[in-house]
Amino acid sequence: MNKLSRRKLIGTGLAATAGAAGLGVAARLAQKYGLVPPDHGGIFGLGETLTYASQRLLTTHSQAREFSSSQISKPPLANEMAPLPDVFKRLQAGGFADWRLSIDGLVDRPAAFSLAQLKSYPSRSHITMIQCEEGWSYIAEWIGVPLHHVLDAVGVQPHARYVVYFSIDKNWWDSIDMADAAHPQTFLAYGMNGDELPVGNGGPLRMRVPRQLGYKNVKFITHLTVTGSLKSFGKGLGSASPESGYAWYAGI
Amino acid sequence: MAELESVGAPLAASVPASASSAPATTIPSRHALLVRVTHWITTLCFLALLVTGTEIVISHPRFYWGETGNVLTTPLFKLHIPSSRAMVPSGYSYVLPDQNGWSRYLHFQSAWIVVLTGLLYVLYAFFTGHLRKNLLPAKSDRSLRALWNAIAKNLRFRRPPAAEAWSYNLFQRLAYLFVIFVLFPLVIWTGLAMSPAFVSAFPITVNSLGGQQSARTLHFFVSLALVLFLLVHVAMVFLAGFWSRTRAMITGSTATTTPTEHP
Repeated sequence: MNKLSRRKLIGTGLAATAGAAGLGVAARLAQKYGLVPPDHGGIFGLGETLTYASQRLLTTHSQAREFSSSQISKPPLANEMAPLPDVFKRLQAGGFADWRLSIDGLVDRPAAFSLAQLKSYPSRSHITMIQCEEGWSYIAEWIGVPLHHVLDAVGVQPHARYVVYFSIDKNWWDSIDMADAAHPQTFLAYGMNGDELPVGNGGPLRMRVPRQLGYKNVKFITHLTVTGSLKSFGKGLGSASPESGYAWYAGI
Repeated sequence: MAELESVGAPLAASVPASASSAPATTIPSRHALLVRVTHWITTLCFLALLVTGTEIVISHPRFYWGETGNVLTTPLFKLHIPSSRAMVPSGYSYVLPDQNGWSRYLHFQSAWIVVLTGLLYVLYAFFTGHLRKNLLPAKSDRSLRALWNAIAKNLRFRRPPAAEAWSYNLFQRLAYLFVIFVLFPLVIWTGLAMSPAFVSAFPITVNSLGGQQSARTLHFFVSLALVLFLLVHVAMVFLAGFWSRTRAMITGSTATTTPTEHP
């Protein structure tokens, strides 16, 4: 080995040491600023953390792409889904008049809202794409109340970090961080393409998170919990998705 | 097919820089350590991306053009393979098991590792002269005539000189440059264009491709081009001597005598 390559070797060694130390510091900072996803453990933690951290920094104030009404997919696709529980069918028979969205956790005024109450809040809409992790997609006009409006109504406490949301189907729950929960395009959606939200598309109430993949847009929402930690929910991975092998963060 | 041949490149330009300065008793490394390490990390990541990418495609083996596409819309084309989703009309009576969860985790993790590895390689190539000396065609080769000569010589199936083992020939250089500076950037770009969060911050990445489904279709074709490169690359390694070339990429040493012993 000649002098030049020895010097190179030492240089490479120093760079590697500095890199490892830098990674350690980066990991501490990422933890501090909430850039580590709840499913960061295990062999895929590196990739998940890099994706979540970089996209959190890049997309803090970005808006999902919106489309013109001529781009709305006709007919709208209703994905296949598990059979609905009997309690859903009873509520459906009553025109969803008794549907309730309860909110608890780190809030000043826990409450339960009827659909009529949610619709009395300022209604917003956006024409956005819903993308399934499988590869298909469609564009629809989504109508609802921004989630942050409802959260403001119940008073979110300062150390809140996540909003956990539950479907009437007990096996189906997910969560988003406060950046997505406070995002103006994140809706509790109750309408679609100028009409009621069809049951096939998640009616009467669906979480709509347009900057993430379809599976974060949980259908038939009945319950929200605002929390500082996801550890006590399920297996502590943030949602039902990682428990069946899918990433918690789905901004990809 | 005969081994590809280097044309017109003076021998001195094709040997590793350290060869001339090293004492006569040491055999110079055919490939620098960084080139070898990044080569094999890239190989592993590419294979992981290929397997997981295939798994993801199986869940919806239909391709579209424009912004949206689903089972209710007409595809641009479809692959005649079974699907891992019952909703897809695949023509097969059975549904394959869903492997998308770990496939997606591994796909994105491999993508991160290969992108960071690629960045390291490109920085190395720029700053150490690897790009100028070993990848860009020699000055005398930068003409259509030189290219034509190279093609003609190859068609004559002549055995390449031993110095061939010490440098990339013209076709190799062009192929590697194309993969590094065209196909890899394209596959990264079309991949990012499918991310709803990334395009919310940089909508031009998807709008310039004609839509999210167009990006997905292009991602598929660029991946096919990379697979084609891989097949030709491995075939060439076999033709040139699998063990000597593979050992050179692992240990750095090659069975061929050092270029200093050749006039």
